[in-house]
Amino acid sequence: MSTEQGWDTDRALARIQELEHLPGALLPILHALQDEFGYIDKAAVPLIAEALNLSHAEVHGVISFYHDFRHSPPGKHVLKMCRAEACQSMGCDSMIRHVENRLGVNLGQTTGDQSFTVEAVYCLGNCALSPAVMLDGKLYGRVSSEVADFLIDDAKRRA
Amino acid sequence: MSLKVYIPRDAAALSVGADAVAKAMADQVASRRLDVTIVRNGSRGMFWLEPLIEVETPRGRIAYGPVSADAVPGLFDAGFLDGKPHKLCLGLTEEIPYLKQQERLTFARCGITDPLSLSDYVSHGGYRGLEKALMLTRETIVEEVTNSGLRGRGGAGFPTGIKWRTVLNTPADQKYVVCNADEGDSGTYADRMIMEGDPFVLIEGMTIAGIAVDATSGYIYIRSEYPHAFRTLQRAIAIAYDKGYLGANVAGSGKRFDLAVRLGAGAYICGEETSLLESLEGKRGQIRFKPPLPAIEGLFGKPTVVNNVISLATIPIILDKGGEYYKNFGMGKSRGTLTIQLAGNVKRAGLVEKAFGLTLRQAIYDFGGGTASGRPLRAVQAGGPLGAYFPESLLDTPLDYEAFAERKGMLGHGGIVVFDDTVDLARQARFAMEFCAVESCGKCTPCRVGSTRGVEVIDRIIANQDRMQNLELLDDLCEVLTDGSLCALGGLIPFPVQSAIRHFPEDFHKAATPPPVNGSSKAQETQSWR
Repeated sequence: MSTEQGWDTDRALARIQELEHLPGALLPILHALQDEFGYIDKAAVPLIAEALNLSHAEVHGVISFYHDFRHSPPGKHVLKMCRAEACQSMGCDSMIRHVENRLGVNLGQTTGDQSFTVEAVYCLGNCALSPAVMLDGKLYGRVSSEVADFLIDDAKRRA
Repeated sequence: MSLKVYIPRDAAALSVGADAVAKAMADQVASRRLDVTIVRNGSRGMFWLEPLIEVETPRGRIAYGPVSADAVPGLFDAGFLDGKPHKLCLGLTEEIPYLKQQERLTFARCGITDPLSLSDYVSHGGYRGLEKALMLTRETIVEEVTNSGLRGRGGAGFPTGIKWRTVLNTPADQKYVVCNADEGDSGTYADRMIMEGDPFVLIEGMTIAGIAVDATSGYIYIRSEYPHAFRTLQRAIAIAYDKGYLGANVAGSGKRFDLAVRLGAGAYICGEETSLLESLEGKRGQIRFKPPLPAIEGLFGKPTVVNNVISLATIPIILDKGGEYYKNFGMGKSRGTLTIQLAGNVKRAGLVEKAFGLTLRQAIYDFGGGTASGRPLRAVQAGGPLGAYFPESLLDTPLDYEAFAERKGMLGHGGIVVFDDTVDLARQARFAMEFCAVESCGKCTPCRVGSTRGVEVIDRIIANQDRMQNLELLDDLCEVLTDGSLCALGGLIPFPVQSAIRHFPEDFHKAATPPPVNGSSKAQETQSWR
């Protein structure tokens, strides 16, 4: 998910140029940049605006509208936890509280050591195996507090 | 010929270890020097049995589940390759009552074939619908879809044929077919399953739609929470191009249909069709005023068919077997099958494709087996976060669009979330407003501001501050949201809120409980409305 490398204008331009010909290219470009850098640097705004003939405000407005796009680099691991109704019915709230306490962050925050970013998500489509979480793009089901601990420990070991 | 073992690649199956099972299986096959082919199929939809593996035997496919990686060597020792008994053996897959009692039309192939094998698809009846469509006039295709009685499976239930006719009858130099794969409702996963388990059926359905309305270009807008389905679709589309089922000369017909898949970015509102179109155009996903309808001015201002995944994936069987065949399933004005998704606190959660008309009770108990926790069932939310909470006394409601509407509920996309008696409906009502506040696109005031005010009012009700006045205020607010919102998000969020108050009033009259975030005050805790 996240990358070690920081922002790089040349690499950003290359990704933009690959996609700028698409109809409605803005979202594909933003996804490509986030894949590349783990977030969308504000330096990307003028580059995209120039490529797509949009105003800076239009580009910024789109970035800020969507929950997915981050404004700063995430932690090494991104843990998305579903807090929608099906997961609630299976006790996701207490599991999420457990994870927040363990990592010392609230949903939407990154741990001080930059190891974990914890995000709320509303439905991962795994409602038959609730509660569900997604860790670094991998989906998990029936995630109790114990399973969440195991996933976090495992991610730390992989670090 | 080598033996075939099936291990699902469906994201839900992966979420409980299907990849580890596949790896253990491959290791055993290698170390035992066996001639076994491992096929990664879609899911059969019996999720409490996942990872569910199957082996092909002369008697038919035999299922074992739920299988963990550790259990794999034991399965080999017990002779599972010959379908021999083992404590995880479930017998012939097709004879499992949960599956046997279904009427799988849209999901006919899901879990049976290799999702990315076009030859599997074709040998299981795939592309027969397109073949028939190519022999018909545009008007006749639309007529067939209209006759089938198919209504939009995304939730709104608008007749698909009528939508298509509008697009067909609107002249333009370019038209589009857009698939709404932004399946954001909690409790729903049918779109995800079919995209991962039988992607060609969606591609075929969209191709038929394109040919029917004279649209040469299509987009699938899929939510970013579904990375597996996204990758599967990308690969399936590439295969379809490669084999001549997409592109300038669809199946040798001389007709063009291009298809691309686009990723959303975590905005629930983009499941609303006009927001989705804005998002596809690269804009903020804010809803558009209607009219004009997307069928007249849709994507890039051109006439556009916007349909849900299940609606489009049902088109091939309608064209193949005829509208009349499909129409013979169902009840009243709800024709065909509904893909019921049992979710949340239910013992046997999974996909049940059945003709409309089954009752909620039958779905939850006969198929679902009651709550997973074993505690008494207290509430059921059908139709996603904008659907009503029903109490036990409404469980005999048939699964039918009109029957739900009569009871101030919504069938929506067919998701059913079950709650046991630990649920607090005041908290659920608060969550509905909170969700609306997080996901509002901000275009209209009732939704943008009303949702935040709704959270505050419910917090005061829970805290027993001027409770009766605040309940009245909440009712007023819900009326404003219902009447004044531009789209279904603000317009329907009163459903869960008001149904919670109507059916579970006791939860709004409990002793005050501290608000979840700001801590509590002793004084509040001891106050009681009674």
